[in-house]
Amino acid sequence: MESLIKIDNVRFSYQNTEEPEKQTEVLKGISLEFEHGELVAVLGHNGSGKSTMAKLLNAILLPTEGTVTVAGMDTKDEDKLLDIRQHVGMVFQNPDNQIVATIVEEDVAFGLENLGVPTDEMRARVDQALHAVGMYEFREHAPHQLSGGQKQRVAIAGIIAMRPDCIVLDEPTAMLDPQGRKEVMRTIRLLNRDYGITVILITHEMDEAAQCDRVIVIDHGTVHMDAPPEKVFSHVQEMRELGLDVPQPTELCDLLRQAGYDLDPEIMTPEAAADAIAKLMQSANK
Amino acid sequence: MPILEAKDLTYTYSIGSPFEKTAVDHINLQIEQGEFVGIIGHTGSGKSTLMQMMNGLLKPTAGTVLLDGKDIWEKDADRRSVRFQVGLVFQYPEYQLFEETVYKDIAFGPKNMGLDEKEIDRRVRETAEAVGLREELLEKAPYALSGGQKRRVAIAGVMAMEPRVLILDEPTAGLDPKGRTKILSQLREYHKRTGCTVMLVSHSMEDVAKYVSRLLVLSHAKVVCYDTPANVFARGDELEKMGLALPQITRVFRLLRDRGITFPDEVYTVNYGAELLRARLEGRAPQC
Repeated sequence: MESLIKIDNVRFSYQNTEEPEKQTEVLKGISLEFEHGELVAVLGHNGSGKSTMAKLLNAILLPTEGTVTVAGMDTKDEDKLLDIRQHVGMVFQNPDNQIVATIVEEDVAFGLENLGVPTDEMRARVDQALHAVGMYEFREHAPHQLSGGQKQRVAIAGIIAMRPDCIVLDEPTAMLDPQGRKEVMRTIRLLNRDYGITVILITHEMDEAAQCDRVIVIDHGTVHMDAPPEKVFSHVQEMRELGLDVPQPTELCDLLRQAGYDLDPEIMTPEAAADAIAKLMQSANK
Repeated sequence: MPILEAKDLTYTYSIGSPFEKTAVDHINLQIEQGEFVGIIGHTGSGKSTLMQMMNGLLKPTAGTVLLDGKDIWEKDADRRSVRFQVGLVFQYPEYQLFEETVYKDIAFGPKNMGLDEKEIDRRVRETAEAVGLREELLEKAPYALSGGQKRRVAIAGVMAMEPRVLILDEPTAGLDPKGRTKILSQLREYHKRTGCTVMLVSHSMEDVAKYVSRLLVLSHAKVVCYDTPANVFARGDELEKMGLALPQITRVFRLLRDRGITFPDEVYTVNYGAELLRARLEGRAPQC
């Protein structure tokens, strides 16, 4: 089967604002494929090109060179624009910039109205989307009464009501508190697992990336790593040099490994670290 | 005598309307000179409201704020001077830059204080260096800078007033790990060098655990505790119930305790944790 999204040798340049004749190349030849049902995190420091990459996925930006194909459609094909955006929906960082209506359910229905979905079906889809993100009880609330995490879940509901194959989220938890982050991450994982939606999550939070199946590290406009999270985070030194980080349990085990103790470099969770260290202690006491 | 003190401090929004909400509820607090305080609490716990009262931006509904033992809302109190002494950096301060050049933006506060050109120049250059802004950026327009640079300009602008208390409301929100570490270590340097009091509002337990000397935990408009990080993290279950995430390293050591491996102190930084484990494995006393 062909992949859902294919990025083929893509380059992208922005016009330099101070010197218009100069171009700033942000993406320098990226090739990636995303399959149906994947849960992917994209990491990279500020300015690495990861947000630009995200915007290429549903034709908000078009490549300067190379092609992006969504479900077999070239994103440069203007006639397919609506179709492409129905396949790939996007959620941004600031929840306040994405909510357009004064009532939660109307906000979720906004995209469907634009698509001309019949009223009965719209009702059903809005309800289902609100259930999926756990915001059904809030359907008649005004968005400004909601917390950041709740607003972000409403924004996600607005996207999934359009039944996309894929959601791209650009730092959706950056402005949220730990509680809001947890809610949004739980929602994302559930949409991926129970609804089979492909999720591409751009994030600065290493523990969020650790919850995905695949982690792509973008650096200076190129793909630097593309592997499962435990493999990516086992490169502690390299991640630091890229301006990124690793989860604290990985860091702890790495410090012990440097001191000569035998620990698995692919440990990511507090549970796995505690198990491995407890075992180490037992064998040391023998 | 503490530098800043809150006595029965209360703030209620929209009094008399259906949206009436008490954001800060009879808070008592003493901040000692030279402390590096971390402030944590879930959204709506009252952190930002409390900070805005600390420099006289919001007038308390009830109770008092004392700076050097003097009520800042006393009839003859000089609140302008209070705001020079207690500097506040808002959330996402990069949206507040307005001058034509970075230099002028940083100079805005000191200029309002009526300082002479020479003193202003010294302060602009010193604080720009403190936050890691290169000299050549000073003549640039703020919009030409990256997000992280803009934020550091905004922080420098408040630092340049040389406040005795510097309050920052989530200065690292939305930055990448390198940007976060950079701002926090610059703050630590600034705190060490100037000896001034720093108050840092943050959502990241990992960050506050690494840098602060005392932690203020707020929940539902009240103070839960104000203590050293070790003592605060010792109450981990309580924090988790309030929706605050413990640092992952603390969770590792709590899980080790469940497995029969115990240490006398709560662990909240990775380096300390690694040293404790190495010492135990090597049968020696930890060197921290």
